[in-house]
Amino acid sequence: MRVTLFVPCFIDSLYPNVGMAMVHVLERLGHTVEFPENQTCCGQPPFNSGYWDEARVVAAKQIAVFKDAEVILSGSGSCGAMFKVFYPELFHGQPMEPEAKAIAAKTWEFSEFLVNKLGVTDLGARFEGRATFHDGCHGLRELGTKLAPRELLKHVKGLELVEMGEAETCCGFGGTFAVKYPQISTAMAEVKCNSIQETQADYVISNDSSCLMQIGGWLNRNVGSIKCLHLAEVLASR
Amino acid sequence: MTALADPPRQQFQVDANRTSSDSPRRAAVRRALSNYKTARDRTGATFTDWKSARAAAATIKHEAVNHLDQYLEEFEQKFTARGGKVFWASDSKQARDYILNLAEAKGVRSIVKSKAMTGEEIHLNQALLEKGYGVVESDLGEYIQQLKGEAPYHFVFPCMHLRRDEISDLFEKELGTAKTDSPEELTMIARRVLRRAYIEADMGISGGNFIVADTGMISITENEGNARLTVGLPKIHVALIGIEKVVPRLGDLALFLPMLATAGTGQHLTGYNSMYGGPRQPGEIDGPEEFHVVFLDNHRTRLLADPEQRDALHCIRCGACLNVCPIFKNIGGHTYGTTYQGPIGSVITPHFRGLEDWKHLSGASSLCGACTETCPVGIDIHHHLLHNRRNAAAQKPAAGEQLLWKAFTFLMKRPALYRLATKFAPLGSLLHPLIARTMVDPVRSWTDTREFPAAPLHSFRAQFKAHQRAQTLASNLGGTQ
Ligand code: SF4
Repeated sequence: MRVTLFVPCFIDSLYPNVGMAMVHVLERLGHTVEFPENQTCCGQPPFNSGYWDEARVVAAKQIAVFKDAEVILSGSGSCGAMFKVFYPELFHGQPMEPEAKAIAAKTWEFSEFLVNKLGVTDLGARFEGRATFHDGCHGLRELGTKLAPRELLKHVKGLELVEMGEAETCCGFGGTFAVKYPQISTAMAEVKCNSIQETQADYVISNDSSCLMQIGGWLNRNVGSIKCLHLAEVLASR
Repeated sequence: MTALADPPRQQFQVDANRTSSDSPRRAAVRRALSNYKTARDRTGATFTDWKSARAAAATIKHEAVNHLDQYLEEFEQKFTARGGKVFWASDSKQARDYILNLAEAKGVRSIVKSKAMTGEEIHLNQALLEKGYGVVESDLGEYIQQLKGEAPYHFVFPCMHLRRDEISDLFEKELGTAKTDSPEELTMIARRVLRRAYIEADMGISGGNFIVADTGMISITENEGNARLTVGLPKIHVALIGIEKVVPRLGDLALFLPMLATAGTGQHLTGYNSMYGGPRQPGEIDGPEEFHVVFLDNHRTRLLADPEQRDALHCIRCGACLNVCPIFKNIGGHTYGTTYQGPIGSVITPHFRGLEDWKHLSGASSLCGACTETCPVGIDIHHHLLHNRRNAAAQKPAAGEQLLWKAFTFLMKRPALYRLATKFAPLGSLLHPLIARTMVDPVRSWTDTREFPAAPLHSFRAQFKAHQRAQTLASNLGGTQ
C-alpha cells in the first residue's frame, strides 16, 4: 500500500524521530511511504480560534496536496481529527465539500490503521520498561481510538503496560488554549502527571505528539525522570 | 459602553489564576467528583443499554424542543383547566415583576424557596429581599450558600466546595450553634431553622425539572423532601421554570427520571419525585390554594432560533458535564461568573447574556470533549464551544488576533516560505535558553510553567530525504550486483 504521511510542523521540527519511526514501522510491513514536500499545517490553530475563513485557506492547500493519496496518516491524533472530522464541517456547504470529505475518508489514526485496516498487532517490537498510556482527547473522542494502541503495546516484548487512573483525562494542551490560559492548562497537566507518577512508570506513551509536548514540558520542569514516547517510537524499536 | 476591558472576562482571568493554583480545594473537588463518577458508572451500568437510552432521550427532547409552542400550550390548557395560572415571562424583569406583584397583592410576608436555578438566573432573592420579604432557601446546599452570601458553586451541588468544618463555622457565626463535625448534626441544625420557615411562609417558590405536556403537570425531583414541603405548605405556590424543560408525555419520565438521577448524582432514582398538577382541588386535604407557573424565556428563544446550537435546549441540568470537566475541576464553579457553570454554561451564557461579553468562556476550554461524551441527552457541547468561537470571531474579530491568523495563513499557503521558516527552528532552540522565561521570551506563557522542547538539528523532512536517498542508493547498488 502507498501511505502518505502528514507531519505537522511541530513533529517536523521538534520530534522528527516520531515521523521516522512511523516510516520504519510502515516500511517493515512492506508499504511505501511518501511525504509530499508541499504540506504545511492542517489549519487547526486558526480553526480552533474561530477564524474559519483563514483555516479554510490553509486547509484547502492541504486538500490539494493530499488529493491523490491512497491513505493519509498523521503522528498527531489532533491533526488527524482535523482532517477526518473537522474538514467536512469546515467545508460544509462550500464548493470544496466533496474533496474535503474524500480526504476525511482516507485519513487514519496511526494505531487504528495498523490494527483495523492492516490487521497487524504484533510488529516484532522489543522495548524494555514500565510504561503507561495517555489517551489524547482528539484520538479518543473525535476518532474513537481506545483499544488499538493498547493492542499494539501488548505485543511489545519487554514492555510492561500499567494503566493510570486519569488515562482519559485531558492533559491540558488544547492548542492555543495552552498559552492563552497557561494557569488552567498547567493545573490540568499537573493532575495528569501526578496520575502518571502514581503508576511508577518510566515512560508515558501516547499516539499524540502534541499531548506529549505538554506532558513532557511539565514532567521535565517538575520531575525529570519520566520520559515521553510516541507509540510509533516504541513500535519501531527492537 | 465603557472602553475598558470587559469585566466578565477580567474577572474570569483573575479568578482562574487564583483557583487553579489552590491545590487543596482542587484536590477536594476532584475527590468529591471521583466518588460521584464511581457511583454514576455503577448505576449507569444497570441500564440495559445506556447508549440507546441516550439516543431515545435525545430524540424525545428534540421532538419537544422543535414543537415547543405546541407542547407548552398543551400544558397551559390542561394546567389552567384545574385552576392553575400560567404566566409567560419574556425576560427576567417580567418574571420578577409578576412574582413581586403577586406577593404584594396577596399580602405575603415570608417566602420559602426550594432549589431553582431560574431564580438565580433572574436574581429573584435579591429583588424579594429589597422589597422587604423574608426569603429562606430550603435546599440544604442552597441554604448554606444563602447564609454565606454566595452564589451556588455548582448548579446541582451548590456547596460542594465547602468542607464540613467550614459549614460548621458558618452555622456558628450565623446561627450561633456549637461546632460539630457530624453531617447529621449539621443537617439537624438547618432543619430546625427550615421547619419554622415552612410553617411561617405564605408563599412557596420552586423550580421544576420537567414540564409534562400531556397531563399538564410539573415534575420536581429532589433528595431532601424540602421541595415537597415548599409546594405543599404555603397558601400560594409559584414554580419558575425555563420553557425548554418540557417533555411531551408523562411516560417520558420513565426514562428521564432515572436518567437524571444517574447522570446527576449516580443514584438509581432521586429520593423524592413529585408531580404537581395545579392548586388544591375540591375535596383534597392539602396543597396550595393558588398555583402559578411562570414560564421563563429570557433569551431561550434566541437559542431556539439557532438550528446549529438548538440542541443545547435539550439540557436537563443534570450537571454531569461539570462533574467530568477538567476545567471545572481546576477552576471551580464561581470562576465562571455565570448562573450555569461548566461546559453547558459556557455554551448557553453567550446566547443568554451576549456573545461579546461571554465568549471567553468558550475560549477557556481544551475542547477535550469529556462533556459531550457524558451528556445523557447527547448535546454536542464541546463543538458548540467551537461554534461560539467562530461566531465571536465573525461578529467582532479581535484586531491583533485576526492579523496573527492572516500572517499565519500567508505563511502556510506558501510551502517554500514555510520550509524556510522551519529551517530556523534549530537556531531558535540554540538561542532560546538565553531568553527563556524573561520578558522577551515569545513563548513565555508556556515556559513559565513548562519546558519547551529543543529542536534537533535535522528536521523530519531532512531525515526523510536522506533516508530516501539511502534507499535509492541501496536499490541501485542491489540492481547492479
Ligand atoms: S448539558 Fe448534558 S450533561 Fe450538561 S447538565 Fe445538561 S444534560 Fe447534563
